[in-house]
Amino acid sequence: MALYNSNRGGIIQIIIGVIFVILIGQLISLQIVSNKYKLAADNNAIFRKIIYPDRGIIYDRKKRALLENTISYDLVVIPNEAKGVDTLTLCEILKINKEEFTKRMLDVIIKNSRVKAGVFEPFLSPELYAQLTENLYRFPGFSLSERSIRNYPYNTAAHVLGYVAEVDVNFLQKHEDEGYEMGDYAGMTGLEKQYEPILMGQRGVKRFLRDNKGKIQSAYERGEFDTLAIAGKNLYTSIDVQVQQLAEKLLTNKVGSAVAINPKTGGVIAMASSPGYNPNLLTGSQRRKTIGRLLMDTARPIYNRAIKGQYPPGSTFKPLGALIALDEGLITPSYGYNCYGSYAACGDPRKCEHHNPGHAANLQLALANSCNSYFLQVFRMAIDNPKYHNAKTGYLKWKEYVNGFGLGRRLGIDLPSENKANIPDTAAYNKDFGNAKYWNSCYMLTLGIGQDRMTATPLQLANSMAFIANEGYYITPHFVDSIEEESDQESELMAKYRTKQKVTSIPNPYFKIIKEGMHDVTVYGTAAFIKVPGHEYCAKTGTAQNPHGKNHSLFVCFAPKDNPKIAVAVIVENAGYGATWAGPIAGLMMEQYLNDTLTIESKLKADNLEKVDLLPQAIKDWYVRNNKSAYLTPMEYNNDELSDVWDMEMVSGDALLVTKTVDTLKKDTSNKTGTPALPPVKPSPNKDSALNIDNKQQKNTLKKGTIKKKVPIKKKALINTNVNQI
Amino acid sequence: MSTKSNQNNFSKGTDLAVIVLYLLMVAIGILCIYMVEYNPNTSWGTSFITAKTNYSKQFYFAIFCAFIGIFILLMDSKVFTALANVSYAAGILLMLATFVLGKNINGSKSWIPIAGGFNLQPAELCKIFTALVLAKFISKPETDFTKLKSHLTAGIMVALPAILSIMQHELGLALVYSAFIFAMYREGLPPAILIVLLSFAILVIATLLLDPIILTIILTVIASIVIIVLIKRFKRNKNTILLVVAIWVVCSGTVRFAVPYIFNNVLECYQSTRIYSMVGKEYDCNMNKKSAVAVGSKKSRKPDDYNVKQSKIAIGSGGFWGRGFLKGTQTRGKYVPEQHTDFIFTSLGEAFGFVGTFIFLALYLFFLFRLVRIAERQRSTFSRVYAYSVVGIFFFHIAVNISMTIGLFPVVGIPLPLISYGGSSLLTFTVLVFILLRLDADRQMVLR
Repeated sequence: MALYNSNRGGIIQIIIGVIFVILIGQLISLQIVSNKYKLAADNNAIFRKIIYPDRGIIYDRKKRALLENTISYDLVVIPNEAKGVDTLTLCEILKINKEEFTKRMLDVIIKNSRVKAGVFEPFLSPELYAQLTENLYRFPGFSLSERSIRNYPYNTAAHVLGYVAEVDVNFLQKHEDEGYEMGDYAGMTGLEKQYEPILMGQRGVKRFLRDNKGKIQSAYERGEFDTLAIAGKNLYTSIDVQVQQLAEKLLTNKVGSAVAINPKTGGVIAMASSPGYNPNLLTGSQRRKTIGRLLMDTARPIYNRAIKGQYPPGSTFKPLGALIALDEGLITPSYGYNCYGSYAACGDPRKCEHHNPGHAANLQLALANSCNSYFLQVFRMAIDNPKYHNAKTGYLKWKEYVNGFGLGRRLGIDLPSENKANIPDTAAYNKDFGNAKYWNSCYMLTLGIGQDRMTATPLQLANSMAFIANEGYYITPHFVDSIEEESDQESELMAKYRTKQKVTSIPNPYFKIIKEGMHDVTVYGTAAFIKVPGHEYCAKTGTAQNPHGKNHSLFVCFAPKDNPKIAVAVIVENAGYGATWAGPIAGLMMEQYLNDTLTIESKLKADNLEKVDLLPQAIKDWYVRNNKSAYLTPMEYNNDELSDVWDMEMVSGDALLVTKTVDTLKKDTSNKTGTPALPPVKPSPNKDSALNIDNKQQKNTLKKGTIKKKVPIKKKALINTNVNQI
Repeated sequence: MSTKSNQNNFSKGTDLAVIVLYLLMVAIGILCIYMVEYNPNTSWGTSFITAKTNYSKQFYFAIFCAFIGIFILLMDSKVFTALANVSYAAGILLMLATFVLGKNINGSKSWIPIAGGFNLQPAELCKIFTALVLAKFISKPETDFTKLKSHLTAGIMVALPAILSIMQHELGLALVYSAFIFAMYREGLPPAILIVLLSFAILVIATLLLDPIILTIILTVIASIVIIVLIKRFKRNKNTILLVVAIWVVCSGTVRFAVPYIFNNVLECYQSTRIYSMVGKEYDCNMNKKSAVAVGSKKSRKPDDYNVKQSKIAIGSGGFWGRGFLKGTQTRGKYVPEQHTDFIFTSLGEAFGFVGTFIFLALYLFFLFRLVRIAERQRSTFSRVYAYSVVGIFFFHIAVNISMTIGLFPVVGIPLPLISYGGSSLLTFTVLVFILLRLDADRQMVLR
């Protein structure tokens, strides 16, 4: 017996113990310290399927849907199951060659592996869809997958509604905790962006167990962690589709904007910006084709001039200037100014359109005749008000009034990136003329007639009309009147659009006088020839000088005179007299809204106005230069041309036919110019920009354009989406 | 089970703790296999009756093994000493027979088909016979286990089935025979041999990790430092310096020639690849002589660490508390290959987390220590050697199997004792344990 070795039993136990300690050490590191295995396991085995809710619909004031959701189909393929495919037939249907087929197949494999479905061809046209469904049995492994896209039955209000697009990395970073994923779609502009959380609804997630071959086994934990998709809520807006369409129609072939507000509610009835685009061009497969062109266009069709365009208000500011002087007690309604055709009190004489003495014998007359001298004088009185001792405090008081009227600040409309335009601060004049001691009312004299550095957006002008129409208050302009099944939280959000903004305490009688003056404008004044059948209205024309060429044509108005239901501001860039171009547009819009129809005469007038081409020559030249690069001409952005085709298709019930429409259009263009469509050449922004309204902004737009042109990246992400949906 | 209730009647002195642990382990094993095979759409009741699933098969194996266990406990312990040599000879013969009768399962021709669709793996049974014959040899009065000659004889006894296993492409089973070193060490194998083996293991790992030239330089530096430090002693005894130099030569030789030889000539391509992938390296199969014939001009394979990766993911995803019984996603998704046999530990690790694996390892440790205690209380050398053989075999299986599932050891096909699915393996471990219990019941006897 080897008893002398008995201590070796202990040593063996120690060896065993040490090995076990090592094992437990490794287990601690695997199971407790490191969490990468848990993640790896979830990636392995849990398949998250995102259930996309329907996006909310946006309705106009008569519950007509401005946009809807339609189903589009993608052809998807699971490469591993694609065996014995009739490649020839498939290539024939899709009009691709064998190499392209192999390339796409490889792409799908690279992006989604062999066992998962990947998009082979997105956004199928109805013909393709029909052909493919018929022949699908020949293509094992291929299937058709649904996806929801936006569709705009009225082809209108593109700027207001905005568009949805696939989220990019920037978006994901900004909205980190909101549950967006690569490949999701989100509102990028307009109402789609502003009301994104409401329209989007809540995505649902279903979790499945997936085995080592990528096959779905069962619901994970019996669906305990699944969430239901909650559909987005519908929005009910104050837009009137007919007025909106009319405004867009009237602004065709012009650069400008029209805004109509219901002064009683602050609800925007119509907001048009021209040149515009058909919103259907930015959905589904259209988007890829058009977005680049739209962004590169020198006329900036995507730019919403109604809230971003800054225009000198010109004479349309005069009623407001008068209100200030009345409230400050500087003038009475009977105050007159003896104007002989110019204002020379500040040295260099300022011209007035009227020469006959007595055309500014009182406020009402001065308004009706739009006497420059009168309002320059009134402005000077306000700045040099003895009450405030010096020009600076006088100016600040004046500015306070003007800001109160909603100019020079953001109104807070429910659209993203509203511009506040400009009511200059004293600092600006201090900088130019030195200390406030050195300047006086003469230095910024033309502010009194809405020139100098004063700018306003069409929205602000329309709102100022609502302010006068309401005699002293306005409601923050907005589109959305109510949200479907509005929650308390949402009501809180909407509260600011339901409260009166009363920023001045000007007594009502003063407004009455201004209204009378503005009414006279339409009776015997500058707008006397513009009539709204059946309604008395108040208006003010404006012909604003600007550094970019011909005068801007402006027109602001509200109607009916005694119970205002609509306030309108129209601007046509570089068009000339306010009453000539902007006025008739505003008049027709009011008529449409108030009468809900146009008289035959008015219709004729509208058709004629539509045909008038007031595009600045520089833009036309640009189009001529770039037509070779297959840019769409403004004619092709024209909603009506497209909508004719569209309507036909709507009748046939196939909303998806747009693909064809655009294709034919494109063909037409190339036929016209006689050259094949080449990829767009990037124009040098400075040389070619026809409109130098705001060169900087334009550059930005162009820059954005070039960035967004990197389509391949987008495409890749696009394909990822589909996988999520499958 | 019946074993437990009856044992007092027919066998006084049977160690109850071991039987309880044995039953517990088998039960855990069946549960683990159940977790792997679980399918919410089939009822476990019917599958037990129809015996179509692995867990139900394992259950019937366990019942069969229980009868075998009772049978062994009813036997006379002298039978084991008497049959040791014969059984060993029969085992070797059976192993040789596989070369003729063998059936190819999973790429190794080590199975003999027997009635009822079952297959027998003689190499498994040979573990028992080797344990018996080693015990018999060492316990012989004429054997002096301090002598080198006895060490060599014992070594050959153990090496013979190991070599046969390698020839059957069952490296895992062959490695198990190294477990007998425990028993031999206990009986007087000089610790120097253990040290040499350990050094060799370290050298192999170092060769894998480091460039051979750098390793040679390191070895030279170590040798030089030793010589400088011990320079005074060398003046007294010149032989020491020779010894240091000899060790240096052997080590360098191992690094430069022996290790590459093992990887290129002894091991198969996939084995070398697995070992290399343990340290995150790629093994070029073109260097492998064995596969050079078979594979020919085929390109070198990438390290296939898929098994280990998935196994680590499964265990790691268990976290501290585990995902819960039947809730393991990796197990349910069948991500770990061979999960019901060699990688059964992963299902446990995923379902019950660190708490579960810790308790499980504690049970095993307790079991092993209990066996060591039993070994030490034997009066007869035969029983003690046999007991240490059992300890060694169990320990080796547990350590290697769990190490490979958690990425500490290359993947070799070694089952987890009493847990992994497989009749042969369960039967072998049952017989091993119950013979020990039978011998232990007669621990006051001196068996020869």
